This record gives sequence, structure tokens and C-alpha cells, in this order.
Amino acid sequence: MYDKGKILTGLVLFVAIVAFPFWWSLASGAEVRVPDIAKPAGETQCLEDAETMRREHMQLLATWRDDVVRLRQRIHTTPDGRQYRKSLTGTCLQCHTDKAASCDRCHDYLDVAPYCWDCHVATGER
Amino acid sequence: MRVLVALLAVLALVVVGWAGAGLPWVTGIVVPGVAFAVFVVGFVVRVIRWGRSPVPFNITSVAGQQASLPWIDRSPLDSPKNGFEAALRVAADVLLFRPLFRNTRTKRGHDRHPVYVPERLLWAAALVFHYALLVVILRHLRFFLEPPPPLVGAIDWWDGFFQLTTPVLYMTDVLLVAALVFLLGRRLVDRGLRYLSLPADYFPLFLLLGVALSGLYMRHLGKVDLIAVKELALGLATFQPRVPAGLDAAVFVHLVLVSVLVAYIPWSKLMHMGGIFLSPTRTLANDSRRRRHVNPWNPQVAVHTYAEWEDEFRDKLVAAGYPLDTAPAAAPAATSAPSSESVHA
Ligand code: HEC
Ligand code: HEC
Ligand code: HEC
Repeated sequence: MYDKGKILTGLVLFVAIVAFPFWWSLASGAEVRVPDIAKPAGETQCLEDAETMRREHMQLLATWRDDVVRLRQRIHTTPDGRQYRKSLTGTCLQCHTDKAASCDRCHDYLDVAPYCWDCHVATGER
Repeated sequence: MRVLVALLAVLALVVVGWAGAGLPWVTGIVVPGVAFAVFVVGFVVRVIRWGRSPVPFNITSVAGQQASLPWIDRSPLDSPKNGFEAALRVAADVLLFRPLFRNTRTKRGHDRHPVYVPERLLWAAALVFHYALLVVILRHLRFFLEPPPPLVGAIDWWDGFFQLTTPVLYMTDVLLVAALVFLLGRRLVDRGLRYLSLPADYFPLFLLLGVALSGLYMRHLGKVDLIAVKELALGLATFQPRVPAGLDAAVFVHLVLVSVLVAYIPWSKLMHMGGIFLSPTRTLANDSRRRRHVNPWNPQVAVHTYAEWEDEFRDKLVAAGYPLDTAPAAAPAATSAPSSESVHA
């Protein structure tokens, strides 16, 4: 083989790069885990079932924002007829009081960083 | 026809993935695992085979003045004089796609003479496509690493800089699809190119489009359960495979398309990712006038040099009064010191 040293070095580099997630996980001792999301105390259901919320809460929030800011529609009616004010801090975080243990824990797991908190406060007060 | 074959192949794969959702262990764990193994082993085998094929001549391709006299301008990238400059040339090829940048198109000038104008659309689309794909791949690390490294978060933030739509639309997703559509359209619209294109040219394009569109669908329309997706991906990366509940069919379609793409690389034109580094036309230095390149399989030829010949017939040559390269006095048999002046007298 010509340039054996160079070609083999290249191949080792190639394998190291494409197998990066594997050796990184082995080296850092990563385990398969799912985030431990705090459930709101004293409440039993979210605006919709948990499955739908998990998948679509961002869309719901985006719709709320547009409704409020553009259409002045401030009332949300859940499929089972409960009514809520369309508000990020004023509604979601009234139940999910511990943002760090619910929203953030799940977002950190997937490296999602909603930019909403650049403006909205998370303390539960407005 | 050739387009249809490729398109149908990709659509068939979509159906396979969709149906494969019923067998999550196979489609979610075995298929990606086998595909990855095929990719790595196939890639290595192919490179080693290239490395072992003989390179009898210095066949570097040259597009500029080679190094000669110090006062003659030379182009180090287009005619590299040593290994380092050749490496620079390969780097420029790989990172900037320099060869594509030099593409030209023939046009008929006003006096009907052909004129050559730069044709850089292909270069731009290829560059955009490759870098967008790189960013997309890096972004996917958020699924495979726990905790996700900060660099991935930073890429994510910049990629979503315009904060359009919720969840944010990544620039690279848009660029990737746009570039792919261009690259596909180029083959379809240009009559000459269409004639030259084979199913093997369309297939990777459709496959990549399928991968990109299924990804966009999952993120923006299908709203798959990403927690489950990460659990699956982490299971693969840590060799602790699991199939979480709640994985959508779209995830399996995406996985099958990606698996086929990855496993297809070593057997196809996509192998150019390794081939570029083993192309003698790009990696060799243009030094054939300064260094002797010997064909490694040249047979050992018994040579008889002129000097040897002269020694052999010295007596006869002297007797015949022939001019000699080595003066008789300096010949091995003689004892006195040679005199260089007498040589060609
Ligand atoms: C009335 C109180 C209440 C309000 C208001 C509320 N939630 Fe919930 N939320 C809950 C409860 C209770 C659960 C747990 C449901 C379950 O596990 O079945 C939950 C679950 C969720 C989940 C799924 C978590 C998981 O484990 O998968 C998400 C995501 C979520 N909520 C987001 C939101 C968002 C975003 C808002 C605002 C638009 C919101 N919630 C408003 C009470 C609430
Ligand atoms: C540039 C600052 C800013 C950012 C970033 C921002 N918002 Fe807002 N948002 C506002 C303002 C201002 C209002 C108007 C408040 C009102 O009229 O009550 C608002 C209103 C809303 C409302 C309805 C009113 C309420 O009390 O919540 C929702 C829902 C909302 N935003 C969601 C979001 C979401 C989700 C994000 C992130 C994807 C986000 N916003 C990012 C500034 C911002
Ligand atoms: C079950 C896990 C989970 C929980 C709990 C959760 N989220 Fe999310 N959230 C996600 C995921 C996953 C995404 C990203 C979706 C994507 O990238 O397609 C997301 C995205 C978002 C986005 C859009 C971000 C963007 O960049 O466009 C907003 C806004 C948001 N979440 C708000 C909340 C709020 C507020 C809470 C707490 C009440 C919450 N989420 C709880 C998983 C969760």
C-alpha cells in the first residue's frame, strides 16, 4: 500500500469521527434515561391529555400568542369545556409552578431553549 | 424513466419504513445498527482497496504554472510542488469545492464565436448543500448525547436565529431542501445532463430529499414525541437498545431512509467523501521533473551502462583511436590520477 501511514491515520480518524457518539457515551458513562418531570401538585389534568401536550404544547403556545397579540382573543376553551386565560406565565406556570423541574428539565434533555423567557417572566406573577 | 426508477425506489423505502413501524425492534434497532456497520466496514474496505491499487505514474492534474525558475510566477494550488502544497490543494477542494468554482459554460458570442462564462450555480448549490448537511448532522447530536454538549446548543441557536415559526425553523433545513431541489432540477431541466444522468444519480438526491422532508415533517407537522426519539437514539449510542412506547411511524420512515443512505455510501458515488483523499490526480505533487518516479512493478532489467561498455572494450577503442569518456590514464587498470581536462579533448 502506498502512503500506508497516511491512509491508515485517515481511516482511524474517520472511524473515530463517525463513531463519536458511541465512544463519547462509553467514556462519559452515559446511561439511557428519560427526564423526571415534576407533575403539578394538586392538579390532575393539563389542558389536553398529557400525550398531546407533550407533542404539541409549543404549537398551542404559538397559537395563543397570535390569538392574544393579533386577535385579542384571550380565552381558551379546552376540548372538555374548561376555560383558561391564554397566557404563558399566567396559565401554564400557575399549575406548572416549578418551571425548572418541569419545563426546563424536559427542554434541557433535548437541548431545546425556548427564547420566550427573554421577555416573559417565569415567577408566576405578571 | 431513469428518474422514475429512482423515485419509486425511494417511495418504496418510505413504505417499508412506514410498515416497519409494526416491527420496532427491527426497524428501530437492527436496521440502523446494520446500516452503520455496513457503512464503516464498507468505507474502510473501499479505502484500503484504493490504497493498494498501484499508481504507476505521477498522474497529478495540473492547471497552472509549475515551480521552475524563481522569477517565473507559479500557482502552488494548481501545480503543487510538494506534498504540503498538494495537501493544501486537497483542502481547498474539500472545504471550498474549488474545482466546481472554475466551471464554465459555453455561450455564443455576438460574432458567433464561443465565449466561456463562469458557471457558479452548481458550486454554490453544492457548497450550501454540504455545509447545511454538516450542520444538520451536528444538530442531531442532541439526540445521541446525554447531556447534550453546549456546542450543539450554540449551533441550534444560531441556526434558528430568525425565530420564524414555533418550533423555530432552522435556516439549514431550508437551505438543504432548496439546494437539493436545485441539484435535482439541474439534472432534469438541462437536456444534456438529463441524457447523462443515471438512476444512481437521482437516487441519492431523492433519498436525501426524503430524509430532509421526513425530518421537517416530524418537527413541524407530525409533532412526534421527541422524548421517545431521544430514548431510542440514546439506547443505540450507549449499546443499551430500547424501544420506547409512543414512537410514530414517521420516525421509522426517517430511520429507514437514513439507514439506507448510510449503508449505500460505500457502494456508490457518495463514496467521493473518501475518494477525494485517494485521488492521485489531486493528491500527488507535480514534481515529476525533479524527482524520479519509478513504476513499482517495472521488471528488474539487466542494464549495461556506457561506462561499463567502455571498460569492456577499452583496448579496442584505444587501438581504434576513439574518443573516450574516461581517459585511458584514469581507467581502473591505470595508476596515475585522472585529469578531467583530457576527457573530452
Ligand atoms: C390546570 C393546571 C394546568 C395548566 C393550566 C397547564 N398544565 Fe400542563 N399539565 C398539568 C398536569 C396535571 C399535567 C400532568 C398530566 C398527566 O400526567 O396526565 C400536565 C402535563 C403537561 C405536559 C406533559 C408532561 C409530560 O410528562 O409529558 C406538558 C408538556 C405540559 N403540561 C405543558 C403545559 C403548557 C405548555 C401549559 C400552558 C399552555 C400547561 N401545561 C398548562 C396541569 C396543567
Ligand atoms: C420580544 C419579547 C417577547 C418574546 C421573545 C416572546 N414574547 Fe410572548 N409576548 C410578548 C408581549 C409584549 C406580549 C403581549 C402581552 C399582553 O398583551 O398581554 C406577549 C404575549 C404572549 C402571550 C399571550 C399573553 C400572555 O400573558 O402570555 C403568549 C401565550 C405568548 N406571548 C407566548 C410566547 C411564547 C410561547 C414565546 C416563545 C416562543 C414568546 N411569547 C416570546 C413579548 C414576547
Ligand atoms: C415532555 C417534555 C416537555 C415538557 C414537560 C415541556 N416541554 Fe416544551 N418542548 C419540548 C420539546 C421536545 C420541544 C421542542 C419541539 C421541537 O423541537 O420540535 C419543546 C418546545 C417548546 C417551545 C418552543 C420552543 C422553540 O424553540 O420553538 C416552547 C415555547 C415550550 N416548549 C414551552 C414549554 C413550557 C412553557 C413548558 C412548561 C409548562 C414546557 N414547554 C414543558 C418538550 C417539553
